[in-house]
Amino acid sequence: MKTNSGWREFAITKVIQVAGVSAIGIVLLIFFFLMREGLPALREVSMLTLFSTRWYPTEGLFGIMPLITGSLIVTLGAAMVAVPFGLGTAIFIAEISPRWMREMLKPLVELLGGLPSVMLGFLGILIFAPYVRILFALPTGLSAMTGSLLLGAIAIPTVVSVAEDALDSVPRAYREGAWALGATQWQTIWRVTLPAARSGVLTAVMLGIGRAIGETMTVMMVTGNAPIMATYMAALISPVRTMTATIAAEMGEVATGSTHYHVLFFIGIVLFFVSLVVNITASAIIFRQRKRSERILS
Amino acid sequence: MKRLIFPLLIVVIIFVSSLSGCVFGGQQQSKSPVEAIDNKGSDTMVNLALAWAEQYQEEHPDVELAVTGGGSGTGIAALINNSVDIANASRQIKKEEKADAEKNGVTPVEFTVARDAIGVIVNPDNPVSQLTRQQLSDIYSGKITNWKELGGEDRPIVRLSRESNSGTHVYFLEQVVRLGDKNNKTLFSANTLLLPSSEVIINEVRQNPNAIGYDGLGYIPKDLKIIAVAKNPGDPYVLPSIETVNNKSYPIARDLYMYTPGEPKGAVKDYIDWILGEEAQNIVAEQGFVPIKPAP
Repeated sequence: MKTNSGWREFAITKVIQVAGVSAIGIVLLIFFFLMREGLPALREVSMLTLFSTRWYPTEGLFGIMPLITGSLIVTLGAAMVAVPFGLGTAIFIAEISPRWMREMLKPLVELLGGLPSVMLGFLGILIFAPYVRILFALPTGLSAMTGSLLLGAIAIPTVVSVAEDALDSVPRAYREGAWALGATQWQTIWRVTLPAARSGVLTAVMLGIGRAIGETMTVMMVTGNAPIMATYMAALISPVRTMTATIAAEMGEVATGSTHYHVLFFIGIVLFFVSLVVNITASAIIFRQRKRSERILS
Repeated sequence: MKRLIFPLLIVVIIFVSSLSGCVFGGQQQSKSPVEAIDNKGSDTMVNLALAWAEQYQEEHPDVELAVTGGGSGTGIAALINNSVDIANASRQIKKEEKADAEKNGVTPVEFTVARDAIGVIVNPDNPVSQLTRQQLSDIYSGKITNWKELGGEDRPIVRLSRESNSGTHVYFLEQVVRLGDKNNKTLFSANTLLLPSSEVIINEVRQNPNAIGYDGLGYIPKDLKIIAVAKNPGDPYVLPSIETVNNKSYPIARDLYMYTPGEPKGAVKDYIDWILGEEAQNIVAEQGFVPIKPAP
């Protein structure tokens, strides 16, 4: 189909290729920059100190374990909030609500996703933290629990969007087959639709978790930023310090090239890898799903 | 088309209501060359620096002052990198920082521009009203964990502090937790909450009866309870105020500094001279800090 505008086709194709490659290129550049600034930390601070349990950088104590466990426990808590509520909302929107309600609910959920996280942090300090303190009889409301609640709220729109799409894409034939066999609506949802959309739902959860791990402003305002090792589930009610909040709070005051600077970038590397693992797992699951359903339906 | 109306309406409403936040500034025509002075650093001093900047710019429209916060640590880091004209700090520059600056070809020059008292605040319902410096040190290093050990109710102590980039934090660490002893290596306990701003500290103390915090006197609102502090056991307990800071009876008082990279010249020198003069020191008092006695 060689037409006169052959060079135009060529140009457009090249532009799109460059755009696609640049996305990967930018990620690679970020990765190399992190490595260059963060790896010297391994030289300047011994591995043993780096993975010890006390974080007090202005006095030379660079143990990042409390920060890692802090991030993990806040994310775990966020998942415990986001998964039931997010999945429940997705199931309601996809399966149960009538068409008119669904057209209203979807944009509203997207709206919730557009809320700036610093605003939620603000609401957290003023409203959530006091209630959490009184409700659970804690010494202070500025704890991992408040952080988890807010992060769950931030992750819910992501979970809902992706899970709802996954549930929607389950072929109608599955549901009709179940109804024909006499299953109730809930039995259909729980035992047929949800398992069929399992990969998409798992992806939704992983993306929500990825969002929660990288959240900075909200956790900086409501978790109390105390570098305590969060090792048991009881740590959910104690203040914690996340990796993201540490980088945000301390990056401004470090002298470029100092040990503290390198350690902060090292934390950035850890964060980068955690997000990478979460996202790669999510995409691996998605690819498996497509191939399997193509096989079944062809 | 009908289905789009509802979301479209929401977007229009949000857009219109956000427009109401726009303010149309007055017309300004600056024809003369403008001197720009960059002023960065202490969050304790940022409101004071802004008040100074506003007043000075009214009287000298040919000078443009840019004031930002970020903490004393941030200001001094910028001074070391020679990227700022005036660095604000609520603590003195450390020897290592001075050495880093000299290595970069910058000689920091120090000016004491005001004084500040650090008030220790507790919830208004807390029965405890006076503590010694030693008790404060034990509280913040984790040795004392319950208010009943200090004569209060049976409640766990929740310690609030600023982040480590704050001059207020460093000053409190050196003068209270370490009792002013350079060889003391005590640290804040690991479960001290490091909060990003004064507002968060004040808010938490206001509604949490377990909390104890500290902040510059200028930031403490009237409804919070300030603890009277005794320097050593046996000394009288003193509440912070302009008089007790100037007659040195309040033990947790500090100087506020401005640093310039090298001796200030030109517009920067005029600004700093103005700050050390009477008009600027009146502003210091208005802001809740303690004016230095103007040079005789």
